[in-house]
Amino acid sequence: MSRLIVASIGPASSVQDGGRYGAQRYGLTVSGAMDRLALAAANTLVGNEPLAAAVEIGPFGATFTAKDGAVRLAIAGAPRNADVAGRPVAMETSVTLKDGETLTLGFARGGAFTYLAIEGAIKGELVFGSLAVNARAGLGSPYPRPLQAGDELTVDAASGAPELRIEMPKPVSGPIRVVLGPQDDEFDDANKALFLDSEWKISATSDRMGYRLEGPAIKHLHGHNIVSDGTVNGSIQVPGNGAPIALMMDRGTSGGYPKIATVITADIGRLAQTSAGTAFRFKAVPMAEAQEEARKFQQLIRTLPDRLRSSDTVELNIEALSDANVAGYAVSAMDAGTWQVTAEP
Amino acid sequence: MAATLPPPRLLPNGDSAVTVEFSRTIDDAANERVLALDKTLLATPIEGISETIPTYRSLLVHYDPGKIGFDALCEKLLPIAGRPLPPSTKARRWRIPVAYGGEHGIDLEDVAKALNTTPDDIVARHAGGDYRVAMIGFTPGWSYLSGLDKSLHMSRRQNPRLLTPAGTISIGGIQAGIQCLAAPSGWHLLGRTPVRTYQLHRNPTFLTEPGDRVTFFAIDHKTFEEQDRAAEAGEIIAERVDA
Repeated sequence: MSRLIVASIGPASSVQDGGRYGAQRYGLTVSGAMDRLALAAANTLVGNEPLAAAVEIGPFGATFTAKDGAVRLAIAGAPRNADVAGRPVAMETSVTLKDGETLTLGFARGGAFTYLAIEGAIKGELVFGSLAVNARAGLGSPYPRPLQAGDELTVDAASGAPELRIEMPKPVSGPIRVVLGPQDDEFDDANKALFLDSEWKISATSDRMGYRLEGPAIKHLHGHNIVSDGTVNGSIQVPGNGAPIALMMDRGTSGGYPKIATVITADIGRLAQTSAGTAFRFKAVPMAEAQEEARKFQQLIRTLPDRLRSSDTVELNIEALSDANVAGYAVSAMDAGTWQVTAEP
Repeated sequence: MAATLPPPRLLPNGDSAVTVEFSRTIDDAANERVLALDKTLLATPIEGISETIPTYRSLLVHYDPGKIGFDALCEKLLPIAGRPLPPSTKARRWRIPVAYGGEHGIDLEDVAKALNTTPDDIVARHAGGDYRVAMIGFTPGWSYLSGLDKSLHMSRRQNPRLLTPAGTISIGGIQAGIQCLAAPSGWHLLGRTPVRTYQLHRNPTFLTEPGDRVTFFAIDHKTFEEQDRAAEAGEIIAERVDA
């Protein structure tokens, strides 16, 4: 066994996996990676199951040091500068830290979440089938809270496997796709159009529970109280002030505001990686299209191993690099603190 | 009794969940249909459904669109949801101790003033109620109860509190609640219970289930302290009285 020491890390960084399903009926939310595809890409690079537990790193920098042996890692997700002992490490590649070496990750350049997967995955005690941290409920393993400097992860010694890169499909661009409902009938046509036709920005006071949207105020037909009912990842609820909130992985399992629309599964990670202040739009798609996209998304995750390449064949992807630089050091969607949903249950 | 009940509304929640809605308002009859559908789907699962979440007036059904499409699922759900209710089985019944007022129920006096009565009278009306767990949600173990005495119905607070204590017993609108973890709340705080409706390493982890019956009884603050320690150590504390 080796150890991976968290030498430094910013807020909003925690161990996450595919999430904790099966106990939402008791009010236990799902948690799990904000960008499932990036988690899967990082895990695939080091030979793990796609949704195995990895470190979800928030927008700030972080450093990790190998102890008691070598550790093989991979990074994917929000682009950032990365190096090991001065040697640059590209996003979407694996790298092996020798005993005592440190991986240094800079701030996210656009987006928020980068995933650090470790060969053999993070070990811990499963709670309802998951290691994902849910800080509010005191769940998650090996630490039931966000990671802090000084934390240690017990990991497998590096296998010595050759380093790999993964050739991901060109990122989807364009509007964030939604299916209208379940309570779109709580809004008149003008307000539904206002939601779909306006530019939105993600507020800096957003976190793993929800992304607050800045734009025009959306008005309700019959007031903002409905009888509390269930929520899903990507539910877009409209509270009394008319500023929609997209519910993310640490959402409450039920809520009492009308939900105008729901982000499609394939686009939740894209929304999660949209930087605060960046303008974007929503687009309503028919159910059949949303489900087809969901199936394609599942298929993409299943077939990620087919996209692995030897890292000897790395060619600089100039387009991706320039895209990343255009984004610049955008303010991230993550606030250093945590905001509370002030709504009553 | 009619052979079938009026059909529910089927409301999409994105590509992987559907809400089966029996009523737009809080209604015990609708809640019974929700729990009956939930029970049926647990007993005889439909391929592709991954999880169901009962709430007051609807059942949220999560499914895998890789296994079943929206239209096919709705076709299967509708006839089941329209079935007459099975004869009700005997509900579990819990007696839950509550330390009312003082530091544990900081809104008790204000509620009494607002309703032109005494704190003791509010306690008597709250503890005299026969409640039903209509749903569990928001945070782990948060049990929403129907059956609040009509004289205690009052609007939620104008300004929700950002943090209210673990074990809070509160009322809001026409509902009563048992809160397990510290959480934001806009309800009126009447007291605290040492009972944990959720405790990770205890068997059972979750104490209450939708459909359970609940009554409350008052304990003094010293008893609260003792029972709180015992509950922290894993004791259930709540008395099960249906057996």
